[in-house]
Amino acid sequence: MDTIKVVAAIILTIYLFPFLSFGFQSDELLVDDEEFGLEGAPQPRFPEPTSTRSAPVTTATRKRHSDLDSDSKIEFSLDHAFGDSDFSPAGTFSARIKTWSHGGQTLTKLRFSRNNFTSEEQKKFKNLLESDDFYRIRLPSNVLSPPGRDFIISSVKARCLPREGLDEHFVIHLEGVNVLAVNYGSPGSCSYPRNLKLPVKWSFSSYTVLKNSEQAPRAPIFTEEILGGENGGGEVVQPPERSFWAKYWMYLIPLGLIITNAITQAMNMPEEQATGQVPASAGMVQRGPSSAARRR
Amino acid sequence: MAIRSFFVPFLLFALCFYSSLTPVLSLYEDQVGLMDWHQQYIGKVKQAVFSTQKTGRRRVIVSTEENVIASLDLRHGEIFWRHLLGSDDVIDGIDIGLGKYVITLSSGGSVLRSWNIPDGQMVWESFLQGPKHSKSLLLVPTNLKIEKDNVIVVFSNGRLHAVSCIDGEVLWNKDFEAESFEAQQVIQPPGSDLIYVIGFAASSQFEMYQINARNGELLKHERATFSSGFLREVSLVSSETVVALDSTGSILLTISFQNGEISFQQTPISNLVEDPSGPAAILPSSVPGIFAIKTNAFTIFIRVIGEGKLEVVEKTNHETTVSNALPISEGQQAFALVQHAGSEIHLAVKISHDWDGNLLKESIKMDQQRGLVHKVFINNYIRTDKSHGFRVLIVMEDHSLLLLQQGAIVWSREDGLASIIDVTASGLPVERDGVSVAKVEHNLFEWLKGHMLKLKGTLMLASPQDVAAIQSMRLKSSEKSKMTRDHNGFRKLLVVLTRAGKLFALHTGDGRIVWSHFLQSLHKSGTCQSPIGLNLYQWQVPHHHAMDENPSVLVISRCGPCSDAPAVLSFVDTYTGKELNSLSLVHGVVQVIPLPYTDSTEQRLHLLIDSDKHAHLYPTTSEALRIFKREFSNIYWYSVEDHNGIIKGHALKCKCTGEVADEFCFDTRDLWSVVFPSESEKIIATVTRKLNEVVHTQAKVVADQDVMYKYISRNLLFVATVAPKGSGEIGSVTPEESWLVAYLIDTVTGRILHRVTHHGAQGPVHAVFSENWVVYHYFNLRAHRYEMSVIEIYDQSRADNKDVWKLVLGKHNLTSPISLFSRPEVITKSQSYFFTHSVKAIAVTSTAKGITSKQLLIGTIGDQVLALDKRFLDPRRSVNPTQAEKEEGIIPLTDSLPIIPQSYVTHALRVEGLRGIVTVPAKLESTTLVFAHGVDLFFTQLAPSKTYDSLTEDFSYALLLLTIVALVAAIFVTWRLSERKELQDKWR
Repeated sequence: MDTIKVVAAIILTIYLFPFLSFGFQSDELLVDDEEFGLEGAPQPRFPEPTSTRSAPVTTATRKRHSDLDSDSKIEFSLDHAFGDSDFSPAGTFSARIKTWSHGGQTLTKLRFSRNNFTSEEQKKFKNLLESDDFYRIRLPSNVLSPPGRDFIISSVKARCLPREGLDEHFVIHLEGVNVLAVNYGSPGSCSYPRNLKLPVKWSFSSYTVLKNSEQAPRAPIFTEEILGGENGGGEVVQPPERSFWAKYWMYLIPLGLIITNAITQAMNMPEEQATGQVPASAGMVQRGPSSAARRR
Repeated sequence: MAIRSFFVPFLLFALCFYSSLTPVLSLYEDQVGLMDWHQQYIGKVKQAVFSTQKTGRRRVIVSTEENVIASLDLRHGEIFWRHLLGSDDVIDGIDIGLGKYVITLSSGGSVLRSWNIPDGQMVWESFLQGPKHSKSLLLVPTNLKIEKDNVIVVFSNGRLHAVSCIDGEVLWNKDFEAESFEAQQVIQPPGSDLIYVIGFAASSQFEMYQINARNGELLKHERATFSSGFLREVSLVSSETVVALDSTGSILLTISFQNGEISFQQTPISNLVEDPSGPAAILPSSVPGIFAIKTNAFTIFIRVIGEGKLEVVEKTNHETTVSNALPISEGQQAFALVQHAGSEIHLAVKISHDWDGNLLKESIKMDQQRGLVHKVFINNYIRTDKSHGFRVLIVMEDHSLLLLQQGAIVWSREDGLASIIDVTASGLPVERDGVSVAKVEHNLFEWLKGHMLKLKGTLMLASPQDVAAIQSMRLKSSEKSKMTRDHNGFRKLLVVLTRAGKLFALHTGDGRIVWSHFLQSLHKSGTCQSPIGLNLYQWQVPHHHAMDENPSVLVISRCGPCSDAPAVLSFVDTYTGKELNSLSLVHGVVQVIPLPYTDSTEQRLHLLIDSDKHAHLYPTTSEALRIFKREFSNIYWYSVEDHNGIIKGHALKCKCTGEVADEFCFDTRDLWSVVFPSESEKIIATVTRKLNEVVHTQAKVVADQDVMYKYISRNLLFVATVAPKGSGEIGSVTPEESWLVAYLIDTVTGRILHRVTHHGAQGPVHAVFSENWVVYHYFNLRAHRYEMSVIEIYDQSRADNKDVWKLVLGKHNLTSPISLFSRPEVITKSQSYFFTHSVKAIAVTSTAKGITSKQLLIGTIGDQVLALDKRFLDPRRSVNPTQAEKEEGIIPLTDSLPIIPQSYVTHALRVEGLRGIVTVPAKLESTTLVFAHGVDLFFTQLAPSKTYDSLTEDFSYALLLLTIVALVAAIFVTWRLSERKELQDKWR
């Protein structure tokens, strides 16, 4: 399913590329299921880190919710700065605010439209690439009343962004309508040492992920078991069961030695008796060569 | 014979091996004190009262700034008994009632307790409420009785209470409702039934209440206004006269309220002394007829003669401290006066009405390292010739407590060690000629004798005397307290910084103080009125082959409580305790970042961030600057503003652009920020990994021969936030209103790697971060229990390096450098467990190479340290582990963590007021050194996976030797026997 989505997204992007080449390129959003699942589901699963490239999805569930709860549209802007310069507008996020019946508000259907670099900005960015400096972005910390308490800043070394074009990846951590943090960077790896590489195309392809908090799994409770039969000894760790040999080898080896010793002694006894009675027997034969040699 | 002697070592080996398999972590009774030591302290003494009961031993009862009430032996300074009140139960006053009870007033005057002097048991406790918060005063009159009941008078929370000394029952109380009335003194003139409460209302009104001591009836209320206002401090010069200063500190006011009439007498200080130099302050004392004021340059003693006339008796520019008055005979009161003069202190005991005559005059040589005398308490005794003798208890600037008698220091206690603020460990010098300080060098005979005794003990042949000899020999082993480096790295110096600003070096072998040094920069001086020691860092750690260089530590302190006060750096040699250098900085210090770079003399580079967000590099050498420039773009740090819930990341920008060129100063810039919504989250804990932690391997082999790669980054920060409502006490909110969010944040890029919400959870949060895991402790409101959670973080980007062929052909990415600007591919695993105790501190064991498995060291509410195996906090635990998992050592999941009584590291001891646990790796991989500090100190060695790399201390070398000898003899004998037999055979 995911692969189909990804393929669809790629096809979509490829298809849209020539179309949008003149102005800005509207790239989307991504709407992970978890944003919707959170409210009801007791145990949301981990967000799949690789599923970020998904195309806009419209699901029946969302429709249903929007029928119940009020829905309003908002926009907030993304600002950027080159090195230590001042921030200037770089794009706009638009989203819908969903107000739940219990009063909570969540952000959904995030879309992002990125302004393309002006020629001046291109020059600045080139300077950044040459000096291996930081490209910085910022978002308001509250999307309803920007900028909220403070701006959320994030930076990346400019050399991490260029690939074919300029690839960027946003992970926006939300708490209701508050933006907690934004993780900004390249969608893949940024190898070190960073080499100077100019982008072929001066257009951004942006990937956006919204993330809400996961709920911690609850501590397991085994009341029945404790009441059951372990009578308090349940906490004691049972050492793993080992085989007979593993347990008693230190006794078995000396025992074996004793036995072999005893057997050899027992063997010697009859031998001695035998040698005493019959002088020209096995013992003699064994020593045969040496005594023969000596006698020679 | 041959078989037996062959058997002995074998059995021995088997025995050794078997004993190492049994999962017993605890000590045996006779091992207590072998590797651990425990020291008891009380803290800086606030108040002392002497118990002068004829029966029983002489003792002094003290209350301290660590909220300890203790009874000390006057002859030796040992503790008879001691009680540590909670940190919010600050002691306001102590006194002795009926000669056999200690009365303490604490918790802002709301708890009054009585303790039995001989054994320290609490006799009664009563709670005193009142209408408003106020100063609390305790008065135990000697002869005030209401119906044969001795009375304690307490002024607290705006109400005057008379409490029975026998059972703590409140006999009467009287409210002082006047809004702005602040009581300064409660006086009960001896022999009368009146109580005077005097104080100030508004800023310029003096008020006096006269109260009937029998029933609390208000007899008289007088007030008088003085237009220029008062300074709040008063000094009582007689039972009906007090002295105060006006609000400018330049006019002395003698206020007498004889017969309920208030009268003022004004005396400008300039009339008494020519050059008062600035405003004065009254020194608190209660000597009849005499009081002391202190100006910038002088301490002036003034006598009150008759009707408000004042006369200067002495003016001195030495540091002077005065004790309270002590009645010695009818109408005579003595007091002690201590003055500093160079390296000596002069002690004088005078009678209150005769300044010039001394009852006693002594000079005592005083260690400069103790600083000034802060407090003096006087006590008298009858000498053998029936004359009065005096002893004084003095509290020094370094918080030590000394008893002086007959011109000598009878005993001293280093109570500064009760308030340690930072600890670091340092090695000891290598043993060379002239360095060895060990007193007893064993000769062969002693060595053999010792081992023969041990052998006897092992074979259970030892008599009780022998057993005692063995035990004392083990405890006194001179090996462990030598002043040189040992092969296993067990002997170290613990360098500790106390709140008083004194550095101590403690020997890990027996806990003795090797040296102590009162930092010059932490002495109160004209330029720096309230110096505070902040932190201790290892400044220079010479390579262990460098024999001639001594390691040194960096002490960071600053003048005053706010962060922009100028900082002072001091460098102290850890072998000798000498202060090598001291730098007074022009800037403040908010953050100190030890950088992972050292210069050619092994000095560590440190970056100091000041309050204007400038970074300053130390040491200020060109070499350090060169190293720093090389790594300039790779230095990142973060700051936590927990008051407004923002975490910011920073990097360096360029040289400072100030008017003064300073090439070691750098501007900084913000790289990222995380803003927690103020209405839903409040930061309560942030934890990072220890900088010097060693991780042995990144790979972790799991059950089915699979490998997981730990995400090991030095730049991870654990942050815990709670709902602002839920940041109060446990139980103050409902589970629905309270939550706890745990974050793992990368401090270079500000990425949130993991974020998880615990609903219905509440702080306080205690956490420890090590390798790739973090363990945190909090309260679960739904389950009404404490809980501990573990988060482990694994690196997925290296997960496909499992193919052996890839490794062989070098097609793996294990050696490629990691950039945190790449998108991280991590997964986290977490699990929660219930835990019975609330926690004061958590630490984790650390070993030299990080191979040994880890234990969590949990400081419990009972002031003990519990060792808990990390295996119990493994998110891979499941209810029914598979066979493979069991073999790997995964413990079946239980809902709560076990507390095994034998795993208390502190065994039977308590580290009262536990505040911190520090672990230091020994050189021997299996062993870690643990130091727990609070009011008490405790040190021990731990081997989380048993001492797999060394023989135990009580290993009997003699037995081994004997066995070898016996074996050789047996070989010899059997060889001879077989020779003989062969010969016989041949002769046949």
